[in-house]
Amino acid sequence: MNTTRFTRDHEWVRPEGDVAVIGITDYAQSQLGDVVYVELPEIGRTVEQGKEAAVVESAKAASEVYAPVSGEIVAVNDAIVGDPAKVNADAMGEGWFIKIRLANPTELDAMMDEAAYQEFVAEQH
Amino acid sequence: MSDWSQALSSRPAMDAPGGMATISGNRGLQIEEKLLFEQDSPGHCGVDLPEPPPFGARLGGLERRGPIGLPGLSEPQIVRHFTRLSQKNYAIDSGLYPLGSCTMKHNPRLNEKMARLPGFADLHPLQPEGTVQGALELVDSLAHWLKVLTGMPAVALSPAAGAHGELCGIMAIRAALEARGDRRGRILVPESAHGTNPATASACGYTIESIPANERGRVDLAALQAKLGPDVAALMLTNPNTCGLFEDEIIEIAAAVHRAGAFFYCDGANFNAIVGRVRPAELGIDALHINLHKTFSTPHGGGGPGSGPVALAAELAPHAPLPWIVHGPEGFALVEHPDGPAARSIGRLKGFHGQMGMFIRALAYMMSHGADGLRQVAEDAVLNANYLRVKLADALSVAFPGICMHEVLFDDRFLKDTGVTTLDFAKALIDEGFHPMTMYFPLVVHGALLIEPTETESKAALDQFVGVLRGLAERAQSIKKGAGDAAFFRAAPQFTPRRRLDETGAARKPVLRWRPEAPASTGSADAPRDAGRNRAPSLVDERS
Amino acid sequence: MRYLPLTDTDRREMLAAIGVPSIDALFADVPAAARHRDLLDLPLAMGEIEVERRLAAMAAKNTSAGAAPCFLGGGAYRHHIPAAVDHLIQRGEFLTSYTPYQPELAQGTLQYLFEFQTQVALLTGMEVANASLYDGATACAEAVAMAGRVTRRDKAVLSGGLNPQYRAVCETYARFAGNALAIQDAAPGGGEDLAGLVDADTACVVVQHPDFYGEIRDYSALAEICHKAGALLVVVVTEILSLGAIRPPGEMGADIVAAEGQSFGNALSFGGPYVGLFASREKFVRQMPGRLVGETVDAEGRRGWVLTLSTREQHIRREKATSNICTNAGLCALAFTIHLALLGEAGLTRLARLNHAIAVAAAEKLVAIPGVQLVNRSFFNEFTLRLPRPAAPVVETLAARGILGGIPVSRFYPGRAELDDLLLVAATEMVTPEDIDRFDAGLREVLR
Repeated sequence: MNTTRFTRDHEWVRPEGDVAVIGITDYAQSQLGDVVYVELPEIGRTVEQGKEAAVVESAKAASEVYAPVSGEIVAVNDAIVGDPAKVNADAMGEGWFIKIRLANPTELDAMMDEAAYQEFVAEQH
Repeated sequence: MSDWSQALSSRPAMDAPGGMATISGNRGLQIEEKLLFEQDSPGHCGVDLPEPPPFGARLGGLERRGPIGLPGLSEPQIVRHFTRLSQKNYAIDSGLYPLGSCTMKHNPRLNEKMARLPGFADLHPLQPEGTVQGALELVDSLAHWLKVLTGMPAVALSPAAGAHGELCGIMAIRAALEARGDRRGRILVPESAHGTNPATASACGYTIESIPANERGRVDLAALQAKLGPDVAALMLTNPNTCGLFEDEIIEIAAAVHRAGAFFYCDGANFNAIVGRVRPAELGIDALHINLHKTFSTPHGGGGPGSGPVALAAELAPHAPLPWIVHGPEGFALVEHPDGPAARSIGRLKGFHGQMGMFIRALAYMMSHGADGLRQVAEDAVLNANYLRVKLADALSVAFPGICMHEVLFDDRFLKDTGVTTLDFAKALIDEGFHPMTMYFPLVVHGALLIEPTETESKAALDQFVGVLRGLAERAQSIKKGAGDAAFFRAAPQFTPRRRLDETGAARKPVLRWRPEAPASTGSADAPRDAGRNRAPSLVDERS
Repeated sequence: MRYLPLTDTDRREMLAAIGVPSIDALFADVPAAARHRDLLDLPLAMGEIEVERRLAAMAAKNTSAGAAPCFLGGGAYRHHIPAAVDHLIQRGEFLTSYTPYQPELAQGTLQYLFEFQTQVALLTGMEVANASLYDGATACAEAVAMAGRVTRRDKAVLSGGLNPQYRAVCETYARFAGNALAIQDAAPGGGEDLAGLVDADTACVVVQHPDFYGEIRDYSALAEICHKAGALLVVVVTEILSLGAIRPPGEMGADIVAAEGQSFGNALSFGGPYVGLFASREKFVRQMPGRLVGETVDAEGRRGWVLTLSTREQHIRREKATSNICTNAGLCALAFTIHLALLGEAGLTRLARLNHAIAVAAAEKLVAIPGVQLVNRSFFNEFTLRLPRPAAPVVETLAARGILGGIPVSRFYPGRAELDDLLLVAATEMVTPEDIDRFDAGLREVLR
């Protein structure tokens, strides 16, 4: 079963035990265009759901990535800092941003599953 | 964005329009020009200076130790270099420049001549006041014109540009609120505002709240009223707004803002549409900056220098930045410190007294036009924009119905299902010999195309421009009927010194300065900070 | 009206095409009460002859610095501008073009800004520079704000050797941004302990090089102290020509350089427009304010230039921008670039040496006047004299005799009796031996 969850800010959250892997969706990267820069938080920082956790930029647009869940940052994907094109090439895989140790796993319950998210994206047009 | 990246990669390299390559790499008037640094002829100099007689240096043992790395060239080489560079630019002098919101009107050369009078140009800002009475008179005259044109009792002249004027106005508003003992935290900014508005409010310590536009392209009055409250310091509104429309409920807007105890700041970027016909004070505005480089024709100069005087209502005037000019017993005098009459000033916003060179040019423009000519400026600017609107209404898609002011906004509905984007359409205009209009601004319509012809275009020039736009729109439409494809638009421009540029590559690995060719292994970013010609930090050389 | 191409016939035809009866109909959205039917109370249009006559009359009321021996500096310097500079910047393709947002139509502007950025980086000894800011004073305030962003701290320590107008601009910006400033008192002889003020809250220390009083100091040790404390060293330069002779800030460990570039290519013009220079370390570039031009390639692989890292700027980032700056000082930056290109390495070092030589000659002559002392141990082309009595009236008397004899420090620090006798004197390549003799004779007479 696919446990990946999605937010209205176009982030995806994939729970792996008590840690969640987080990135931006394929739709988000396509809207942003070629990603040129990614700024990631420090490991060890505690973030609150809905607060700014990272920044992603294309040549002509900048966007904050909001923490979809609360918790401690336990890992960041340095590979996308060195090669931001990875976010465009594989947003849902190699292009992940951060891993957060879940402070409150129930936060995931209110998020969309993939089908609901696709429907949400379709409404954006 | 991704559209044109694909267009980039699909074009075969070196597919020079017009076919054959030349031996020099140049083609007619399109001449390649290396960087200054690549034309170094060491020891050469374009200025002849005497060698001083022997003397004892007093530099405290801190003489420069190594070469700077500047190239040496003679005057003819320099003149040719910059002349060739100039020929790679589009300019008002060469053609219609329809950038909406930027007001690319003719820049009279009399203004340049006046700014170069030795009595103005060769004047030190800190000379004794008695030796600069004419300069202070000029600044005072400019202030008088601006006060009459805006109907406001005071004008702050020192801000160096429109955005700097915004800073001045919002600081004055905060100072006035604090003087009332009122600490408010929010500023309201419409969605359609220039980016400088929220950036300014933020720099002054405010949080920003966005006000949506209504279906008529104006501020949604009900939404505004809902957001107004005791914590709102000001509304920042552009009028005429960035959709090229006059905010017809402005009296109600001003009243609502004032009822809430807030101030009404107006971004005067579009003052050229109403100058001489409408006085902002009578619309209930408390502070308004004026871009002298828009309404009053001082040259844009490739991005500055600008000048952004701010007209202020009586309650804000005591907080105007330093210096002030006052009429003293011995003529004009400068108040340069926050005491006496200026005790409540917000302080200094820039060095010296403001953009004097721009004041001279703007005043020459105002005197040339007079009260009658300035009114005609607004009328012709609005007439030209409306003429374009009706002539293009059935070919492009007008964003909002009804008359417009000095600029007309289209959206990209007319490009639907053609595969052509606003960017492609604008780039195709370049190959037709025109500078594009403003694109993707304001943000309140999809794929915005904002056209501002200004009053200094003739009817013949407008008719030609209309013909070109209609032709391109038809060409885009024909794609839907199976004739041609979007590749023509995506490949544009083809006849410029450079085709579309890789902005993604530029931002991913920024190369922000020239560095001499050197083996990639020399140095690190931190070590030799005196990067001379033989010591190149390698950090930014990865691309080459 | 000579600037308006529409004829009355055109206007009638266009109104008919639009389908409105009169021009007033196009202003129908303006509330009726705010529509002015009559002309405003201002003069009517004038021809070129009349405008020239009136403005020339105003200009004639001023004593231009060229008409009197001029020894004024204090952040604006009278240098010779080669004829080619003013010719080239008046080419319409430079003068009447917009910000280079459409790079295919603005390679000329973009390339010279790239050359400008390179020149500024080389001159200051820094890694990167932006495409200019309004002026030196606002560049200084922007440097303080940037140091706050880089360090995430909000206290700036300002040296008493910083130009007081620069300090004042920093105060204004900081007050509204909510940042703290630790401002040192006027320090004409130096001796302030800046290192002792650096603590864990310090974002930066701001010093001037040469300082406001003309003194040249080595800030290397201060840089080290700043860096150990996690703070940045901001070095301000108000006479950029000095860097043709003295050690650049980059070599002393500066993290940000904020400077005034007026000395190259830009007339005094009663204080503006000038050109703010802004350079920093490469690793801070995303926190820089203002425009940046970068190198790239076009669709055919040819080298070209674009505005880059724009996501820092207000038109994209809006309230989260690094600065609200939109305009830079394009044409003034061009004048700077052309003048410095004409000078080149050889011309710049010679011009700097010439300035220093003339200032040394002036200082040596003036300190021979009884009661006049030189405050400085070192200087480039500007120094501070202590007169035997308040400098302000002396300067007024000299002006009445046709000599622009320096700037009284009291103009910047009114009401500070201990500074009243100080006179700031600058001497550039425009000062002749005869000018020095006249100044010397005038000052002797006034002080007698």
